[in-house]
Formats: sequence, C-alpha cells, structure tokens
Amino acid sequence: MIMAEKKVISGADGMAIAAKLCRPKVLPMYPITPSTLIPERMSEFVFNGEMIAKMIHVESEHSAISALYGAYATGVRSFTATASQGLALMHEILPIVAGARFPAVMAVANRALAGPLNIWNDHSDAMSERDQGWIQLYCENNQEAFDTIIMAYKIAEAKKVLLPVMVCVDGFYLTHAYEPIQIEDQEKVDEFLPEYKPENFLDTTSPKSFGGFAQPNTYMEFKEAEDKAMIETLKEIVKVNNEFKKTFGRKYGNGLIEGINLDDADYALLCVGSVCGTIREVIDELNAAGKKIGLIKLKSVRPLPVEDLKILCKDLKMLGVIDRHASIGFGGALTNDIKSALNNEKVLVEGFVAGLGGRDINKEKIRAAIATIIKEKEGFWLK
Amino acid sequence: MKVNEKAKKESVPLTTGAVILEPGSTKKYKTGEWRTYIPIIDQEKCIKCGKCWMVCPDAAIFKTPDGKFMINYTYCKGCLLCEKECPLKAISHKVEEK
Repeated sequence: MIMAEKKVISGADGMAIAAKLCRPKVLPMYPITPSTLIPERMSEFVFNGEMIAKMIHVESEHSAISALYGAYATGVRSFTATASQGLALMHEILPIVAGARFPAVMAVANRALAGPLNIWNDHSDAMSERDQGWIQLYCENNQEAFDTIIMAYKIAEAKKVLLPVMVCVDGFYLTHAYEPIQIEDQEKVDEFLPEYKPENFLDTTSPKSFGGFAQPNTYMEFKEAEDKAMIETLKEIVKVNNEFKKTFGRKYGNGLIEGINLDDADYALLCVGSVCGTIREVIDELNAAGKKIGLIKLKSVRPLPVEDLKILCKDLKMLGVIDRHASIGFGGALTNDIKSALNNEKVLVEGFVAGLGGRDINKEKIRAAIATIIKEKEGFWLK
Repeated sequence: MKVNEKAKKESVPLTTGAVILEPGSTKKYKTGEWRTYIPIIDQEKCIKCGKCWMVCPDAAIFKTPDGKFMINYTYCKGCLLCEKECPLKAISHKVEEK
C-alpha cells in the first residue's frame, strides 16, 4: 500500500507510481528512450507483487497498443508508455482505440522523430498524432505529470467522454529530472478514481462484437460522435481539475489552460510543456525591470480550449507561440492551431519553431522571442 | 437511394464505439449483392464430392439433407472458385443480371 509522502524521484518514477495508484490490470509495454524507466519500474512493481497486473512483454509498440485495445475490450483499466518512433509505430492503432471509445491512458515521453536519428526532446511525436481522437495533456513539471496521470483516467472514463488520453511529458527534461513529488496515498486515489466499469465488454454470457465495419452510411456519424465527445471533454477536464483540487489540494489553471501575468500585458508567449518554467523565470525578470510580458500555458492541446484562449488573449496586441515541432514547410502545428483558433480576434499571432531534437530553449532565446513580438515582427526558427 | 436514407431504412444502431450488441448480425449483411458472375451447379453432372463446399470462402455452398450441394445466392459473391475447382466441370457461370 502506497502512503502519502514527498519523495525526490525522477519524472518517470513518478508517473509509474501514479499509474500504479490507478490500479491498471494490464500493462502491455515496450521500452523506448526516454520512456524506458516507466515500463522498467512497473515491471518491478509487478515482479515484487506490489501490484496485481498482467505485464505483457510485447515485441513492438504496434503490439503494445494492440494489446491495450484488447485489454480494454475485455473491460479492464490498462496503461502503457512510449515515445518517438514508438508512438509513430502505434499510429495505425491510435484512431482505432479512440474509435472504439476506450478510455486508455498512455504516457508519452516526448522525443524527436528520426531522421536523422535523435533521442532528445521535442514534440514531433505527439503533435503528429493530434488528429487521432486522443486527448492530449502536456505537463510542465513532474508533480504535474504525476497528477495528470490520475486525472487522465477520471477524464477518460467519464460517460460523456470515453476517449483515450496521452499524458505528454518532455523526454529527459522531465522523465529523467529528479524533483520532489508529493505521492498520494492509495485510499485517497481509490476514492477519487473508482473502479472502471464499462457498459460493454467481451463477455461469453452476453456476446458482442468490437471493431466492426462501418459503411459510408454510418462511418461519418461515428466520427461526428467522437468529435462531439472531444468537445464535451473541455467541460469534463475543468470538472476533474476542480475535483482534484478538492481532494489533493493542487490544480493546473482551469485544467485546460492557464494565464500567467496577463493583466495589463500587451504581449505574451504561449507554449506547452516544461519550457513554461523557463518562461516564468524570464517574465519575472522582465517584470522586475518594469516590462510586463504574459504567459499562456496550454495544457490541453486536444481538445483545444478555443473560448478560454480567446478570453485570455482579448487585451493582447501580439502573441508569440513557442513550438517544439515543425510542420515542415508550414510553421509548427501548435502555431497553426492557435492562429486558426484566434482567426477572428484582433490579436496578432506569430510562431517560433524552437528546441528541436533536444536543442535547449534557454532564457536568451526566450528573450529573443519576446523582443520580436514586442516589435510585432515575424516569427522565425529560434535556433 | 441516398446513403443516409438507406441508413435510416436499415435503422443501423449508432452505439458508442461502434460496438455491435447483437451477435451474428453479419447474417443480415447480404453480400450476394456484390456479385458480377453467378455460378450454377449442374446437378446432373455433380458427383457430390463436396470440393466446392470446401473451397467456398464465404461458406455460401451448403449441403441439403439428400446430399445435394446448393449455392446460397444471398451470400455468394461470385468469385467462381467453385467452378475452377470442380473436377467434373459441373459448375458454370453467367453474368449476373440485375
């Protein structure tokens, strides 16, 4: 039984403990840097008898996600973790899990995609999968990663949602960084997250078919239902974030997005993930020097909280988006999403492609991005 | 007929996650509509060896109580494997008229 305590552990350890607290029964996992520590730790938990679950040592990520689908078809909570090429190999099955409306949770330790081969952090892997019907929640620090895993199951399993979640953490910057994490006790987590009881599952006493075929006369209706559920998820994330605050005393903005230092600011940066921490420091320094710069920390990339975003940006002259991903030939995915969400607003939006393949986004680069948006100039590759 | 009207007429249940709640529902899916060629068994020539029954990929050939092999045209897609395999050339085909 896990007792509440504060521990200095790595982000991956934290996520493994959080997943264990959610009591998944099947763990189909395939190790890939920088997510490897998660399956390693969970393997130990199972081997030591600390958790009752079936660990499946699959032969690839394609098999891991397929086994996850199978586990959910039998009606049990499951968990997996991956990164980079692993997530890319899962691509085929990702929309199938979402289409089946299985509330799976997967940790993604964000890493660049080859080629050239690179094991370091950027968001190319997850951003490339943002249209597959998975909720995508990004984390700034390891406590947030720990908390988001627990929240993710509750969001995913809500009756109006029933969509899978990717909990995205920056590879190495978070997975391998040691930070103090407040571990919560099992009883409290059990109370927050009751046992998963799906309406339909494979059962010989009441046969049903999963993974059926949809003709042109119904396929679109199924996809529309998924889209509506994803939009409904916006409300559910806010609700779960508030409930989490009540039970555990921590929350992350409204669960979807957070505005920092935006009052009276004319200019702001928007980003996801760990780089928010660096930006917080820079804006504090600029604040002390009398320059007011805001930060919008986006947690939920799918669903995208368009209305909240519009409210946060209503008094801004220009917003700079730091994108850890390049949509080769057309900026970055996040920038393009934000531009399209704010299309009819007066705020100008410019994007900066930065931090690809583990290139550090340091304070100097953040200051360069801020200097650009203050002059209302075009964004660029922030190398 | 427009597809939406067809869906309405067939009242396809739009369950969450496209789960099919009724077992054996593929029986209702009349795949014989796809057919271009229609195989015909000449019962005079047939020696009831059952090769056609064995090779039919859609299990659309069935055996009657008196030992005859017949084709269920509701599901036969007209692949003509039976015609190719029949050792006595007792099976021939025509172009399906619709």
